[in-house]
Amino acid sequence: MPSRGSRVQRWRKAAFTSSRRDDCVARAVTPLEIGASTVDDGRNTSGVDTASRSGAHPGNGRRAAAIGAQRRQGEWDGPAIYVEDVHKSFGEVRALRGVDLVVERGNVLGMLGPNGAGKTTAVKILTTLLRPDRGRALIEGRDVARSPAAVREIIGLAGQSTAIQEELTGRENLEIMGRLYHLDSETRHRRTGELLERFDLVEAADRATKGYSGGMQRRLDLALSLVAWPQVVFLDEPTSGLDPRSRLAMWDVIREMVASGTTLLLTTQYLEEADALADEIVVIDRGTVIAAGTSQELKSRIGGDVLEFDVVDRGRRDEAVAAMRGLSEADPLVDGETSRISLRVGADGSRALVETVRRLDALDIHTEGLGIRRPSLDDVFLALTGHGAEDEVTNGAKGRRRRRGAGRARARREEQGSRP
Amino acid sequence: MTTSSSPPLVALDVPSTPTARRVRLGIADTAALTRRDLLIWLRNPAFIFFTIIQPVMFVLLFRYVFGGAIPVTGPYVDFLMPGIIAQSAAFASFGTAIALARQLQKGVIDRFRAMPMARSAVLLGRLVADTARLVVTLLVILGVGYAVGFRFNDGAVPALLMMVLGVAFGVTICTVSAYVGLAIKDEESVGSFGLVWLFPLTFVSSAFVPVTKMPGWLQAFAKNQPVTVVIDEMRNLALGGPLALHAWQSAVWLIGIAAVFIPLAVRAYRRAT
Repeated sequence: MPSRGSRVQRWRKAAFTSSRRDDCVARAVTPLEIGASTVDDGRNTSGVDTASRSGAHPGNGRRAAAIGAQRRQGEWDGPAIYVEDVHKSFGEVRALRGVDLVVERGNVLGMLGPNGAGKTTAVKILTTLLRPDRGRALIEGRDVARSPAAVREIIGLAGQSTAIQEELTGRENLEIMGRLYHLDSETRHRRTGELLERFDLVEAADRATKGYSGGMQRRLDLALSLVAWPQVVFLDEPTSGLDPRSRLAMWDVIREMVASGTTLLLTTQYLEEADALADEIVVIDRGTVIAAGTSQELKSRIGGDVLEFDVVDRGRRDEAVAAMRGLSEADPLVDGETSRISLRVGADGSRALVETVRRLDALDIHTEGLGIRRPSLDDVFLALTGHGAEDEVTNGAKGRRRRRGAGRARARREEQGSRP
Repeated sequence: MTTSSSPPLVALDVPSTPTARRVRLGIADTAALTRRDLLIWLRNPAFIFFTIIQPVMFVLLFRYVFGGAIPVTGPYVDFLMPGIIAQSAAFASFGTAIALARQLQKGVIDRFRAMPMARSAVLLGRLVADTARLVVTLLVILGVGYAVGFRFNDGAVPALLMMVLGVAFGVTICTVSAYVGLAIKDEESVGSFGLVWLFPLTFVSSAFVPVTKMPGWLQAFAKNQPVTVVIDEMRNLALGGPLALHAWQSAVWLIGIAAVFIPLAVRAYRRAT
């Protein structure tokens, strides 16, 4: 695998030669368009060069439908994704209860939340698969409920679902996608070649995809969603079920895609994934956004270091938790999955560490992996949504009050802090 | 990320696409999906087995194993072939239901629905591909029939009409299967459910035995159900016989079934997610 730098450059070059040029040649340029492109370039403050940004535009001039869409794009100077008070219920189940989102063009939003938080419902609404019950959502200015066809012109979707037909080869899958996006045959072949190369699938291109590894299938699936140069891409849990190595490879291709200026909304249950890929993160729980900000902001919201350890004899876990109470202002938290105990200790980490050792030693409780570390997104998540999965239900019921965002999160933390 | 402070955003006013272009793009989409479905069929040994080898097996079984025990006027193979062609056409619709259910399960249909593609293209492409598949299957069966002694008795035009009716019947049953596949959504259940409705419908008909040999209460059903009506018409086309009555009955049945199930399938496709 060539170095990352050269791959990114190749990506940008490909994006330039294959889309922007053709656009200018093949399209009839109207005065409105000229004005539009000036506005577009003038607005380009994201640090990404113009050539690579254009890679995010629907590139093919022959794709008649995209021409109109692109001309109109110039009129839109709002955010790439704009979501206002979106509600969605399935019968009794209120999947979304008023979600607000704003994603600026070229940015990556990580939507973080546990299973059933409403992430997939949100993505389905933004990709026109579901209609919102209330509220509205605009993708590059196009209303998902009122102009779904115009939204579909400019989005790409990949993730939990797959568009791969496993009897067909990687190349055939891409070619068919090109046909469905009405690319002419030359553009289709060139785009297929480009994407195969960019996603490291050249060698496997002519093999049936059912023989692909999980990682290769995900990469191909992402490639399929990018065939028509979408401006806004939605990835619904793009790495769920992948082994760690494939996940890292997937991160690389996602980063490359983002480097070319595509706006991306990505949902994940993996905190480190949001941390690694997203400019901004929203934490979503029980159908509402409970916190939003950069990874740094979310981490600083927790404040201070985290002390954590495992209890060797799990039966004595609760004893250990009890012993830790009062050691700092925060209450000790237990990760539902790993049983690891953590405690936010503020700035005075060493004193807390010594005190912990003293207290646990007095009770003859043996620990493993006792230490102090900087807060991770996991801590943020735990602090915001309550506990790990096991306490989620009771805690969610408690947290259901008429507060939003940080206010609600703070309310929850206070609740935890004041618990006896 | 709260939006209260920002000025209200007004969505772009997107003019709708002219009908002529929508139709043109819709045809292109349908063609692309037809191509895709046929490629998949060619690559999938199981599909080839079920659509070609299984009907051939039925021809041979009934011709040589059961045929001798079933009294009909004239050679049994002549009686059998129109019936088995119709039965195979109906069974071929299994493929439609299973393929749609599988695509739904895997999320392929979700992905298609998030693309700028004609809404009808997935179903239409499927039906066009299935029609092509059906023609191939029926020609293979006809070839096998000829090899084991079947002959058309009434000339080329009626023979051709019989095949056309067989295909039309198969495509109509495919619309039912498309609805079943999209409504049930689970590949395995769809397979079992197909057996439940297709077996009685094709076997309690005039496909393999004369209806008059069935008990009276069963005859009432067997005589009037669409499969018998269509097979009787096909048989009369192949072997010579009165055409008019069964012709309009067949037409009414096929058009009626399609008129009910095409809208149902389209609705199921729209709602499926």
